[in-house]
Amino acid sequence: MDSNTSASILDAAIPEGPLAEKWSRYKSHAKLINPANKRKYSIIVVGSGLAGGSAAATLSELGYQVKCFCFQDSPRRAHSIAAQGGINSAKNYQNDGDSVWRLFYDTLKGGDFRSREANTYRLAEVSLQIIDQCVAQGVPFAREYGGGLANRSFGGAQVSRTFYARGQTGQQLLLGCYQALEKEISKGGVKMYPRTEMLDLVMVNGHAKGIVVRNLITGEISSHAADAVILATGGYGNVFFLSTNAMGCNVTAALRAYKKGAFFANPCYTQIHPTCIPVSGDYQSKLTLMSESLRNDGRVWVPKSREDAAKIRRGELKATDIPEDSRDYYLERKYPSFGNLAPRDISSRSAKEACDDGRGVAKTGLGVFLDFSDAIRRLGKDKIAERYGNLFQMYEKISGENPYEVPMKIYPAVHYTMGGLWVDYNLMSNLPGLHVLGEANFSDHGANRLGASALMQGLADGYFVIPATISNYLASQKPGSVNTAMSEFRQVEQEVKERIDTLMTVQGKRSVDSFHRDLGMLMWHNCGMSRTDAGLREALQKLPGIREAFWKDVRIPGRADGMNMELEKAWRVADFLDFAEVMCHDALTREESCGAHFREEHQFTEEDDVVRNGYTNPGEAKRHDDLFCHVSAWEYKGPGVDPVLHKEPLVFDEVPPSVRSYK
Amino acid sequence: MNLTLKVWRQSGPQATGHIETYAAEDIPEEASFLEMLDIVNVGLIEIGAEPIHFDHDCREGICGACSLTIDGIPHSKETGVTTCQLHMRKFSDGDTIWIEPFRARAFPVIKDLMVDRSALDRVIAAGGFVDVRTGSAPEANAIPVGKETADAVFDAATCIGCGACVAACRNASAMLFTGAKVYHLNNLPQGQEEKDQRVLAMVRQMDAEGFGDCSNHFECEAVCPKGISVDVISKLNRDYAVAVAREGLAD
Ligand SMILES: Cc1cc2nc3c(=O)[nH]c(=O)nc-3n(C[C@H](O)[C@H](O)[C@H](O)COP(=O)(O)OP(=O)(O)OC[C@H]3O[C@@H](n4cnc5c(N)ncnc54)[C@H](O)[C@@H]3O)c2cc1C
Ligand code: FES
Repeated sequence: MDSNTSASILDAAIPEGPLAEKWSRYKSHAKLINPANKRKYSIIVVGSGLAGGSAAATLSELGYQVKCFCFQDSPRRAHSIAAQGGINSAKNYQNDGDSVWRLFYDTLKGGDFRSREANTYRLAEVSLQIIDQCVAQGVPFAREYGGGLANRSFGGAQVSRTFYARGQTGQQLLLGCYQALEKEISKGGVKMYPRTEMLDLVMVNGHAKGIVVRNLITGEISSHAADAVILATGGYGNVFFLSTNAMGCNVTAALRAYKKGAFFANPCYTQIHPTCIPVSGDYQSKLTLMSESLRNDGRVWVPKSREDAAKIRRGELKATDIPEDSRDYYLERKYPSFGNLAPRDISSRSAKEACDDGRGVAKTGLGVFLDFSDAIRRLGKDKIAERYGNLFQMYEKISGENPYEVPMKIYPAVHYTMGGLWVDYNLMSNLPGLHVLGEANFSDHGANRLGASALMQGLADGYFVIPATISNYLASQKPGSVNTAMSEFRQVEQEVKERIDTLMTVQGKRSVDSFHRDLGMLMWHNCGMSRTDAGLREALQKLPGIREAFWKDVRIPGRADGMNMELEKAWRVADFLDFAEVMCHDALTREESCGAHFREEHQFTEEDDVVRNGYTNPGEAKRHDDLFCHVSAWEYKGPGVDPVLHKEPLVFDEVPPSVRSYK
Repeated sequence: MNLTLKVWRQSGPQATGHIETYAAEDIPEEASFLEMLDIVNVGLIEIGAEPIHFDHDCREGICGACSLTIDGIPHSKETGVTTCQLHMRKFSDGDTIWIEPFRARAFPVIKDLMVDRSALDRVIAAGGFVDVRTGSAPEANAIPVGKETADAVFDAATCIGCGACVAACRNASAMLFTGAKVYHLNNLPQGQEEKDQRVLAMVRQMDAEGFGDCSNHFECEAVCPKGISVDVISKLNRDYAVAVAREGLAD
């Protein structure tokens, strides 16, 4: 595996000047397109979630001609709808010492110093405008009695800066954004293509100029051309089969771009969320998240003794039978100042450790308690119901247990992917014209994302960043210079049709899901919450086998020239199978632990000074800043060939990397 | 548990549909209703038959994609749940379950249990928004909203756009859906400027899409997975009447 550190390939295009002034300077100097010319430019936006929806609506307001695509039947159903907990903003309405700087610092530290300072700072800065915009749209955020906006605190932060709309923040933000999008659709600025899936990217003279799509109702394959392409297609968490993502979330758009030359950055950074409902059986199709906001009032514990835990699993003891002094509130014990609000990677690994130690409490052994009895005693049931009513209801519907009476059982599950296509400060990938927003880019979260910051990033990218940066690219392009009659489009259409034909003609014996499950199992065990050199090599060895089996034995009934859900799934799973490989390569070559990427070989021990002097605990992630303070950007080199690693060095001018401690 | 399913199959928008009978065997009671259908579908795929098509995505009751009429009732007889939130523990071994699409004139069938609900998007596009250009918003706390108002509008804003209200209504009316959005926006200070225009445009679009009138049977409220109250319909009628009157004066 070669590596290439030449900065010319990966120029992040970070503006000059002091950190706090970069974005305003950038905006003052960015190339503009005059209002009369804007309507001559067309832009494709793939995705209608918070990132894509806000971008499409705003670009249309500016006067560009926008085409927006999503695979759901309506843009309102993008996966962003499912976000529960909230969105961060440095408004400091609580007067508790928050500031743009502090939000920047927390996000950078939370990401374990593996993100770009300038991007992270811009995110914190733009967070202020996001809340203004959403409130003006009528997003019904929680309010105080006096009429002002309410906040709560979220994992990894010591200030209260999270804005929320009950446990449905993502829904309300997305509806605000969807309504803005529908407004632009009705004005004719956006043409919406629901139930339309992008299956490939079209490059013309080295620039991204279009996409090939499948109409999911008729099966028709067609092309769309534009002056620039934006991907806002979400994350790839479903590579694990089971995750908290919606069933349709996929890596196709990003993977297809990768195969066309876009670099995939940090694919191994995948976040495992600590509070999900544990797996109950192998029929299970997805996992359900319980918002992390629950950790504000819920206390996480397992029994101190393995015997008690075993009895709970067998149903001989109940949680309430375990006396206070026989409980291990392990987060409060290990991280006294953050307690139950410790960041996600830390909380998740701690749950895994407790369960690996034989003290898990769900039937499968994989579960810990999240207990509200103290909070209910302290605040009353009504207050708890007001804060978390719908989450409690959701839990009861799924588990059949009433969390007002017995503690919830939770376990970590795959939730968010920090990795994504490499982009520069303009949010443009290394392929000119191809811009990537939201969870689909490698973004601003480094190796670990703090709660309530994905919604912030998606909306920052879509409402405020891309509308200001895309003109930099467009100004160098003659509008309308590309059309779908060009041979580049014909050729990609042909490739797409051939791949569909190949899938349809296998006619083997197994369902698509059965392969997806095999892939997910392998990735969860070997490239999941904790990783080893041997495990990753094993995964890389086994992946080709699953892929071959898939292409030999998958069965897709029905036809390709109409609605066919199995075909849709098959295309996505075929892409996940290819993607898994680059993810394992990335995890293997990153020989350190950082944030959500935990390599068992690299953890602090009693030997380390920072442990001996009490600054951090043994078993915490150990970074190697001397060797790995970089973004890993992977270049595709063809089927069966190992991808090539390029490194973008990360430079920290304002905040020197330190050992993360949440004690 | 073992069940008998009576499922609506329809190969395409133009095709005629029919009820097909399937055996659903060895279904764990912890499974969700859609996971039960997944199990049945794997069986169908393995014998080369086309799986039963249905819309779904989040599988946690928030995206509004899932849309099955179960034993004659949209999202089943359980209250406050979407189809994807229904669990098999609510059924008994040996039950026969009828599964049909959401039925309404404005929701043509695409395939099997999947329908086209884009009419609802067009009702929103007609006026279900606050027209505020990105970047032009005032400071957020400059617009105070009392907690009671905030809570009340939230109860309406929680609509997931599934269309169960339409499917449950004998007139296939979309008044609960439209009323919820009008209530949400017309009761916030941010929504005042476009109040009349919004309600007029949305109601007219609703009529143009072929949704029927409300004849006060309130089946919509009973099936709404988010428990949206029919009060939003009377508010809609009032806002509409006021807007029509004002429109008349302006003429
Ligand atoms: C259960 C859950 C709870 C969460 N809670 C929070 C929270 O409280 N706070 C927070 O900050 N973050 C939260 N997150 C994370 C956050 O919701 C997501 O990261 C964010 O919403 C992603 O937005 P997006 O716009 O990038 O992508 P998405 O919302 O996933 O949208 C992707 C869009 O791309 C389209 N698309 C994808 N592929 C194709 C294709 N090939 N062709 C055409 N269209 C395509 C889809 O149709 C969709 O419109 C949560 C995530 C989950 C899973
Ligand atoms: S699948 Fe999303 S609400 Fe049922």
